Amino acid sequence: MKTFMTDVLVIGGGLAGLRMAIAARQRGHETVVLSLVPAKRSHSVAAQGGMQASLANVTKGIGDSEDVHFEDTVRGSDWGADQVVARMFVNTAPKAVRELAAWGMPWSRVRGGDHEVVINEQRVTLTERAEAHGLIAQRDFGGTKKWRTCYAADGTGHAMLYTTTNQAIRHGIEVHERAEAVALIHDGERCYGAVVRNLVTGELIAYLAKATAIATGGAGRLYHVTTNAVICDGSGHAIALETGVARLGNMEPVQFHPTGIFPAGILVTEGCRGDGGLLRDVNGDRFMPNYEPEKKELASRDVVSRRMEEHIRSGKGVHSRFGTHLWLDITLLGRRHIEHNLREVKEICQYFLGIDPAEKWIPVRPAQHYTMGGIRTDHTGQSPWLKGLFAAGEAACWDLHGFNRLGGNSVAETVVAGMIVGEFIADFCDKPENDAPFPLTLAREFVQREEAKLAAILDGNGHENPFQLCTEMQHIMTRHVGIFRNGDELLDGIAHLQRLLERSAKIGVSGKSRAANPELVATYRVRRMLKLALIIAQGAYLRTESRGAHFREDYPRRNDREWLKRTLAFWPDEAASMPSFEYEPLDVMKMELPPGWRGYGAKDYIDHPDTPCRQQEVDATRSRMEGQGRFAVQEALMPYTDKLPASLTGRNERLDEPLETSR
Amino acid sequence: MSVIDQAAPQQYRHLRLNVLRYDPRHPAAKPHMQEYQIEEADSMTLFIALTEIREHQDSTLQFDFVCRAGICGSCAMMVNGRPRLACRTLTRDLPDEITLAPLPFFELIADLSVRTGKWMRGMSERLQTWLHAQEREVDICRIEERMDPDLAEQIYELDRCIECGCCIAACGTAQMRQDFVGAVGFAKIARFRLDPRDTRTDDDYYELIGDDTGVFGCMSLLACHDVCPKSLPLQTQIAFLRRKMAAQGL
Repeated sequence: MKTFMTDVLVIGGGLAGLRMAIAARQRGHETVVLSLVPAKRSHSVAAQGGMQASLANVTKGIGDSEDVHFEDTVRGSDWGADQVVARMFVNTAPKAVRELAAWGMPWSRVRGGDHEVVINEQRVTLTERAEAHGLIAQRDFGGTKKWRTCYAADGTGHAMLYTTTNQAIRHGIEVHERAEAVALIHDGERCYGAVVRNLVTGELIAYLAKATAIATGGAGRLYHVTTNAVICDGSGHAIALETGVARLGNMEPVQFHPTGIFPAGILVTEGCRGDGGLLRDVNGDRFMPNYEPEKKELASRDVVSRRMEEHIRSGKGVHSRFGTHLWLDITLLGRRHIEHNLREVKEICQYFLGIDPAEKWIPVRPAQHYTMGGIRTDHTGQSPWLKGLFAAGEAACWDLHGFNRLGGNSVAETVVAGMIVGEFIADFCDKPENDAPFPLTLAREFVQREEAKLAAILDGNGHENPFQLCTEMQHIMTRHVGIFRNGDELLDGIAHLQRLLERSAKIGVSGKSRAANPELVATYRVRRMLKLALIIAQGAYLRTESRGAHFREDYPRRNDREWLKRTLAFWPDEAASMPSFEYEPLDVMKMELPPGWRGYGAKDYIDHPDTPCRQQEVDATRSRMEGQGRFAVQEALMPYTDKLPASLTGRNERLDEPLETSR
Repeated sequence: MSVIDQAAPQQYRHLRLNVLRYDPRHPAAKPHMQEYQIEEADSMTLFIALTEIREHQDSTLQFDFVCRAGICGSCAMMVNGRPRLACRTLTRDLPDEITLAPLPFFELIADLSVRTGKWMRGMSERLQTWLHAQEREVDICRIEERMDPDLAEQIYELDRCIECGCCIAACGTAQMRQDFVGAVGFAKIARFRLDPRDTRTDDDYYELIGDDTGVFGCMSLLACHDVCPKSLPLQTQIAFLRRKMAAQGL
């Protein structure tokens, strides 16, 4: 058995993984990153529009602060988020943006003076403050009260990933490319690393580590139409699940992005609408103001996607050979704006649609975009059920996004969680009690178990085709577990998925190579994907309410009385055909922002019995402490700074909020 | 209104894809061309075509796609003799017969799959493609340093390189010397040279690229400029760097 030992094993070479690795390395721990692909090709690269951080540099961002970002995030989550985690996040996001700037990130900058923008179909002149000239700029995004999204044109993820990868290279952090973690090595209480398959040679290697961190991104490929890269199949979620003890949190809410280009599902950024783009129907009419008078095209993604599908159902969609779609109109932004601030969008339209978006409308329809659920962790990023297992970014559920993530909060989360969880991983490795000796015998058992599984696939004489099963699963998920859900459809979908899981035991592969073998890979991946699909579908069936991106036509109201709780799914019996579920209640009495109306979307919901009481407490505290400053009030309502690593507790400076010079 | 609503070709073409197959890990294998036939579909890209072939005709065929949206740089290959991103190459822009080969220069994994990532990492290490800032610690609680908005945009422009390897595959010098840093390397140097946050001087850059493995190895054939999928201004950047480095060498 070949073994590789390190202090920290990071699985996933995107933004979250690399930022964790840098943090651990800076604290003196040997760190190795595993990646399916070269790190700079990770799906983080595809983020376009930007990352939210309350810098308040632009005119339309004046008055922004951690408080406003916090409230937007919690409302966006439909009160599913962990509010302490949301506070930790909003306080760290400005630091993450500024750290990246210091690392060379080419953020777009404010130009002092007048400039023209498009807001609600009107050309408006905004005046940027002279003192803000040259600071990092912000644009508007959905579900936010202020312009808060920092960006580098519309290639923000690319620029962030390159900046961060280059720092990792500077620190000499090794990235083992074309390596796939196929199982976690654990004893049911402690995680010791992973069995890793070299995707070129097929060799299995035991990677042993004090701390193992999963940052493998989302599981968009469970769906037929997704903006996600082809590698986003939830493999990190799945290997955690297959430990039988680690829990996945809130897998049923799945985000559909309003503007996937039709029919390929390739993303065009929310920045298109943030910058003034409109959604139009078959008659060329703008329809969002009729549904959402307050936020119009810039309500949260779950709401806009539902309104679009609702509008299509009312017969206002555009029919084409591939099906029905709507239009995204950015022609009104003007060619100069598109060629400078939306150039990736322009390229995508040119190459995949053959159109110039400065002249023609873009065909769009909501496409799967983001996996809100993930490996359930505490605020340090560690699994409460498996010591030494950490997770961050889209693969994790610590739980920043609840039932709907705001645009611009995902790339922000990757680097913020990377900074925070990376520090906690370093703390973990610093503690002598975590110096457990590497269990080589256990590692050997896990390697042999994986060897046997692969051999069984290669030697089996089944007749099922893994690609076929995967396609069927994707269609079922899209049809039965999509934007609108109901009990009957879900039951039907679950039954289908269970049959597919059974059939996946009878896959036969024609190529018998143990080395690079696409069919072999597809076989073990589809089995895992089916488990995740079942967790999403069954979780959606059990949750008899509508919250954020999880919408039940048969239970259209949010029901805080019954369902203000987090879904935890696990798979204790490997042979079982169904996951197990338990629920973790959210404590209203500890919330800084008690549940209410989001400011967009449906207005009726069933209150939690504690909500009026907590609201009274919060109101009383606010009026009692009037004049004592926002930090004191926040501290009184829901203290959180003791949860952050000490290096990240500082306040954030703004033009209108200077720090004392003594620091 | 858009191209997908315009009249479809009534008859779908029959495409023939000739793929260069070779798995160096297979002792008995010899490089050979293999032909696959598929029916064209609307908006078919080489990503869709190759995926269909792998799922329905030959599950052993190896190639790399990740984002399939032209932004990650994984899928560069030789398409009818020219390096391109396969994912955003529409078959309708190609003749009925399409020849696919892996990018030259890079280590071959098998078939159309090459190790561009490994080479790019080596290039990054060699040219130190990270910001070399002053030693002082930046206080990330404080307001960031200012940068001129136009300059920020110029840096972003050069930062758009996706390290796909097309420029290297098209490069005359790279065919002759494996240690050439290529247009991708020059674009990186040009990017950091432009960035006022980087404290390196032309003296430092001369140490990195002031020889035949760097700017003086370039023969100005400039195929790199023609094939760059991100249309980076490689021609002007290489000419500029060479002038600066020549002056530095005097």
